[in-house]
Amino acid sequence: MRFRHASVLAGLAFAFAAPMALAQGGSMSLPRTVTAGAAFSIPTTGSGKATLYIVGPGQALRRDVQMGEAATFPVGELYNAGHYLAILVGASSTDTDEFDVIPVARPETLGFLAKPSRLPVGLHNGISGAVYVFDAYHNLITAPMPVSFELSVSPGTVQSRTVTTRHGMAWTGMDSAPKEGVAKFVARAGEASSTRVIEEVPGDPCAIVISARPNAGKLEVQTAPVRDCGGNAIPDGTIVTFTETSNGRQTTVDVPLKQGIARVDMPAYKGSKISAASGVVAGNEIRWEGER
Amino acid sequence: MIRRLLVMSFALTMQAAALADQPTVRVEPPQLQGSRPVEKQTETSVIRDYLQSWKSLQSALDQNQAALLDAYFVGTARDKLANTIEEQAKLGIHTRYLERSHDLQIVFYSPEGLSIQMTDTVEYDQQVLDHDKVLATKPIRRRYLVVLTPSDVRWRVRIFQAEVGSDPM
Repeated sequence: MRFRHASVLAGLAFAFAAPMALAQGGSMSLPRTVTAGAAFSIPTTGSGKATLYIVGPGQALRRDVQMGEAATFPVGELYNAGHYLAILVGASSTDTDEFDVIPVARPETLGFLAKPSRLPVGLHNGISGAVYVFDAYHNLITAPMPVSFELSVSPGTVQSRTVTTRHGMAWTGMDSAPKEGVAKFVARAGEASSTRVIEEVPGDPCAIVISARPNAGKLEVQTAPVRDCGGNAIPDGTIVTFTETSNGRQTTVDVPLKQGIARVDMPAYKGSKISAASGVVAGNEIRWEGER
Repeated sequence: MIRRLLVMSFALTMQAAALADQPTVRVEPPQLQGSRPVEKQTETSVIRDYLQSWKSLQSALDQNQAALLDAYFVGTARDKLANTIEEQAKLGIHTRYLERSHDLQIVFYSPEGLSIQMTDTVEYDQQVLDHDKVLATKPIRRRYLVVLTPSDVRWRVRIFQAEVGSDPM
């Protein structure tokens, strides 16, 4: 019983003593949020000297404070967005609170991942672009905002899309153009923009057409100019494989395209069959019956 | 016999203590909104590496050693944490981040597989110390936005930022 009375008295004494200690030791009034890099102040109450710490994963600051006055922080001092503890350490008490530093609303830089840097023409959603939007202090701006994407190969051939950021990021897929060329892929958010260059190259050959003519006891076999299905010339150096079959024997020759055409001399066996292929595309077949 | 019982009892106590130190981890189904789906193996390794990054962050900010960040942080996230460590060391303080729980969700996986974005509603105690004197300890609940990118052997955190107004305690 005596113990219970003692506890109650002790509790009452603490209940009255605690605010007094705080009043003597001091306290602070924190803003709930501070914009990254902006000036701000933290008013304090009480008297005497104290030390104010501001600590988070993004920054750590310390101020000597005269309690009863405001601790001021100039422009650019606290600039990393995130969550912070503020700790006011006086001679007889400590006051602790928390607040957030929010990113500046104006985009300054874009982290733009555009892939791939080279791809065949005519691919649906073949190009992807992901944008992370940052402020001047490289904080991710998490408030939703529109990002415009524009992919242009030549004047008049432009794809554009606008996507609103989610968690500070926006992404889109784009089709590669039907015609080969160097494409500019531009992302914009506010005044900030970023450009990537994407090379759009011809796809696989659409068809291979060969012809043959006798030449000094041999057969001169050559392709017509090799193009993809969009009419783009297949790049020089692409290999065309010629195959000649005669009396159960097979002869194979790999020839690179030169100026869009592959040409080879093959033995002129009567009754032989000659064909050509590149990648997964096979061309027509010629049967050589000899000179007429 | 008594000695064996004592050893077993000690071992069990240590195991329980070790388990008690582990944060609870909850993984929500990915909410990708049209981006590339995440393979189970990728999800497992991303989450494993991200949780390890917290261990690395804890040690680095407690011991004021930026090199401890290198295995799990890269780019902006590493630079900002290293800067904080430098400031802490100058002020003679260090910080303990004692994680209690993580609630994770993958929200974006880039089509070419070069970045993964996650949200993590994390509960932790933040304890600030001036040398060995505890200045303050505060329980925190915040949602972090995290972007990880693949490196040679693991996923590393490239962006690590608490979101504002994300459900404070």
